[in-house]
Amino acid sequence: MRMLINVAETVVADALRGMAAAHPRLTVDVENRVVVRSDAPVPGRVGLVSGGGSGHEPLHGGFVGPGMLSAACPGEVFTSPVPDQMVRAAAAVDSGQGVLFVVKNYTGDVLNFDMAAELAEDEGIQVAKVLVDDDVAVADSTFTAGRRGTGATLFVEKIAGAAAEEGAPLERVEAIARQVNASSRSFGVALSAVTTPAKGTPTFDLPAGELELGIGIHGEPGRERRPMMTSGEIADFAVDAVLEDLRPTRPVLALVNGMGATPLLELYGFNAEVQRVLSARGVAVARTLVGNYVTSLDMAGCSVTLCQVDEELLRLWDAPVETPALRWGR
Amino acid sequence: MLVLDAAFFRRWMAAMAAAVDREAGSLTDLDSAIGDADHGSNLQRGFAAVAAALDKEPPATPGAVLALAGRQLISTVGGASGPLYGTLLRRTGKALGDDAEVTPGRLAAALGAGVDAVAQLGGAKAGDKTMLDALIPAVRALGESSFGAARSAADEGAVATVPMQARKGRASYLGERSIGHQDPGATSSALLIGTLADTAEADA
Repeated sequence: MRMLINVAETVVADALRGMAAAHPRLTVDVENRVVVRSDAPVPGRVGLVSGGGSGHEPLHGGFVGPGMLSAACPGEVFTSPVPDQMVRAAAAVDSGQGVLFVVKNYTGDVLNFDMAAELAEDEGIQVAKVLVDDDVAVADSTFTAGRRGTGATLFVEKIAGAAAEEGAPLERVEAIARQVNASSRSFGVALSAVTTPAKGTPTFDLPAGELELGIGIHGEPGRERRPMMTSGEIADFAVDAVLEDLRPTRPVLALVNGMGATPLLELYGFNAEVQRVLSARGVAVARTLVGNYVTSLDMAGCSVTLCQVDEELLRLWDAPVETPALRWGR
Repeated sequence: MLVLDAAFFRRWMAAMAAAVDREAGSLTDLDSAIGDADHGSNLQRGFAAVAAALDKEPPATPGAVLALAGRQLISTVGGASGPLYGTLLRRTGKALGDDAEVTPGRLAAALGAGVDAVAQLGGAKAGDKTMLDALIPAVRALGESSFGAARSAADEGAVATVPMQARKGRASYLGERSIGHQDPGATSSALLIGTLADTAEADA
């Protein structure tokens, strides 16, 4: 596999140096691996900090800026960051109003953010945490690590970020983040396996002519393999899997997300099929976002995330945002 | 009677760093079958940092060696293995207290406390296809018998994860498809116990 890298060991640091050069409104600490909006801490505002393994760009660093995250902590590729990064980020963004950690539900992320929350509180920073666990492909039971956090992370970070930008107190920002997560579900499909820089070969073997249903965003294989399906058949399967679990009674936000290697031409075609299924099921779509937002390196495939919204959540979704990857209303 | 001092624990950590370096590829291969293909490189980074920190400022007691090693792992590894391995060594070190030398029996008891802390942090128990499946039998064998017995028990415990269905961590997402693969965390845990036994046998 040919990759546009120097050596595998420096891919994260190299990317951070490039982000710093491209986005002067971000403060990028390459050595300590923290990306902070350059006007932080913003007086009177709650800080919003997220992070996770690298390889999902633009998540999370691309979502740092006014109206969304205050800071992000990138880990090694597909590996949770360490508590030191999160404590440093929390200290950089805390204006005295406290900090909300947005944590995707993976064992490593949860353990490291838990340790970081304790350490930050020792330093006098008030910390709340919200867990994102929207992936319906994983059985949510006491016999697994629980549902994975995937596409809903974008909805949580955007909507809670808008609430924080408006000056909502920590309890309110946390409650909104929880509401968004509870109102969101996702389902993902892989058309190819993923290759990490460290390994250099695909992390699982997906034969030609097959696809993998229910994949995660770390190259971990999914739950079921089938012969290749059309875009319309995949939309039927994915949307129904989400709706069966979400059972929305209000309009939804729809994220039609690419996993990294699927062209926008295909994603827009897939979105047409997603809208067809939603319409057939009687689900009203309030807003749609199509693009590569929560990715898995060079994996081909897509995911569908739906978030059921009330007027308040929709207003916060529409509020101005100014980050490298999401930007509107200003 | 073998007595273990700070130098012994530094040699153990250096041996573990070398073993992880040697086995990184095979650990990552195990992890790509049921995880995300990074266990080898993550532990490599962590134990290299441990070895460097211990060289720079060698702590004076066994407990301090393991506590420093644990803190280094938490600060450099990330993922689940950083907090879990870091907690194992930190808590074991804490249980050893400030003594300049400890007996193997004392180490077995301290490792028991470390393993309990790992189980509590990860919410896992024996049979969940995790590092505990190697560590629990190894610590028992060390308490009852010898370093050699602990190594055998850890190796057998790692192999015994093959037919298990994962109930914790990333492998649990696979459900029944996790069956038939050896757990990477149990395998690296067997390396940790194996290098402990190697270090003790070299001293004997």
